[in-house]
Amino acid sequence: MKNVALYLAIAVIAAGCASKETQTDTPVTDKSTGVSQPSRSASSSTTPAQQPSIAGNPLRDPSNILSKRSVFFDYDSNAVKDEYRGLVQAHSRYLGDKRDSKIRIEGNCDERGSREYNLALGQRRAESVKKMMNVLGVSDGRIETISFGEEKPMSPGHDEQAWSQNRRADIKYAGE
Amino acid sequence: MPIFRFILLMAVLLAVSTRAEPQLQIDITTSGGRQIPIAVMPLAGENTQPQAVSEVVAADLARTGLFRLVNTVGISPLPTEPSEVNFPDWTARTAEALVIGKIEPQSEGRVEVRFRLFDVAKQSQLASYSYVVAPAQLRATAHRIADLIYERLTGDKGAFSTKITYVVKRSGRYELQVADADGFNAQSVLASNEPIMSPSWSPDGSRLAYVSFDQKKPVVVVQNLAQGTTRVVANFRGNNSAPAWSPDGQYLLVALTKDGLTQIYRISASGGDAQRLTDSTGIDTQGVYSPDGQWIAFTSDRGGSPQVYRMPASGGPAERLTFEGTYNVGPRYSPDGKSMAYVSREGGRFRIALMDLATKQWQPLTEGGLDDSPSFAPNGKMILYEASVGGRGNLAAVSWDGRVRQRLTSAAGDVQDPAWGPMPTN
Repeated sequence: MKNVALYLAIAVIAAGCASKETQTDTPVTDKSTGVSQPSRSASSSTTPAQQPSIAGNPLRDPSNILSKRSVFFDYDSNAVKDEYRGLVQAHSRYLGDKRDSKIRIEGNCDERGSREYNLALGQRRAESVKKMMNVLGVSDGRIETISFGEEKPMSPGHDEQAWSQNRRADIKYAGE
Repeated sequence: MPIFRFILLMAVLLAVSTRAEPQLQIDITTSGGRQIPIAVMPLAGENTQPQAVSEVVAADLARTGLFRLVNTVGISPLPTEPSEVNFPDWTARTAEALVIGKIEPQSEGRVEVRFRLFDVAKQSQLASYSYVVAPAQLRATAHRIADLIYERLTGDKGAFSTKITYVVKRSGRYELQVADADGFNAQSVLASNEPIMSPSWSPDGSRLAYVSFDQKKPVVVVQNLAQGTTRVVANFRGNNSAPAWSPDGQYLLVALTKDGLTQIYRISASGGDAQRLTDSTGIDTQGVYSPDGQWIAFTSDRGGSPQVYRMPASGGPAERLTFEGTYNVGPRYSPDGKSMAYVSREGGRFRIALMDLATKQWQPLTEGGLDDSPSFAPNGKMILYEASVGGRGNLAAVSWDGRVRQRLTSAAGDVQDPAWGPMPTN
């Protein structure tokens, strides 16, 4: 039993001296741990054992656009920007060739706003990538869209630099 | 200016509530922030017990912001009977209410806790109760005493004997914890390497519904707290989230994406098929039943920006409730169903707001930052919420009128997604 007492630091704060929204650089030790991104972690691997599989698998070949999996979004937006069109097209073509492949698109948000609403917004981002793939010929049944909302940030920071990394949709192939 | 009208309305509500006649003649209008001066004497014999009951009682009362603790130092010997109370002492110390009592050993290791509450001005006893409990129950007994004192002096039920739940995040690990309303006796009821979200109490307090990511996607789980058993009740294609109980505990509202964008569905609390309740082309989520079960309030961006709507509990035409600003989400009904707390964005700050549902007047209750997940105490007097500061989640609470604020910090890590449990059933 973990007994983590919540300390009532200040019992009653007079109205008017509430939370100050200062940008402290409190170290955040936990936000990014445990969220391994296979698509990125594979890119620097040079161990002999993995060489053949990288060479043989375009999804893991850093020089192949198929190794790129993240579509990034503007704040409050689920529009797929032109710069990610090539990425989405490449994956759609790949899925057209590999008829037994299935993917999951995982939407994500930055930390601002309500947790549950962000979950819905992340799913909408995943859905916009899916819609684009539908148009490119990938059937609905091969794409599941889900969301992690603000729960799995790629960057643990609390500024626009970090937030821009966290507003994204990631393409994951079944079995990865 | 909605705030002014809201304050007027509150004055009317207060006039009504004081007619409930708290036994002590204490005026609790909010103007000037009147506090009831109360002296809580140490109970005779409590210093040899594992828990000093009077300290818990005093802390409970002080935390509401409605009481001022009067100094009790130097009163000797401790009065334990009415005849031993010297009222002029307390008048001199400006106390309007006085608590005395004693703890005495009983058979089989149990103890009797007796307390008395006095009106100092009238020199009369307002309440006298005794409990025979195991020493391990002294803290819970203290909360029950605080509940009785609170109710006698304010006319409202106390919520000190309730539980809260929240998610603690540290070092990439998540724990769902349940604690007493004062943050003590925290117990982990679930631990995971994946996020845990949106815990929601069943109306009888026996179960928690929450969102688990253990299956690498959000699914809705119901956990029986006494037995520790869990059951996945919603695991449809896509997302499964935002669980909220029906007042009879039979059903859950959930947000699903199995048919496209997030929509609100109803499922049995034991799982099974989902009945779709909303049918918009946008996002509908965060559905909650009104306490009478007649309505569902929810978030929808059908009008272009996320706003709070309500619809009949069986679905059907929705009425928009929030109009000011471009981001009003996550409604929670007050226990009396008359008002609604929600998250409102203004100028990049997210804060907790409260709307009176009869007049649609609203006011922000918090200064804001990244406030989220408001949750009413079951007596409706305080709203617990998540307040992130500098990217770190903490719990905070604000009184229904915005006048009293509490901040609860944890040394443990990020604390988020709180939910205040129901009144105990006994």
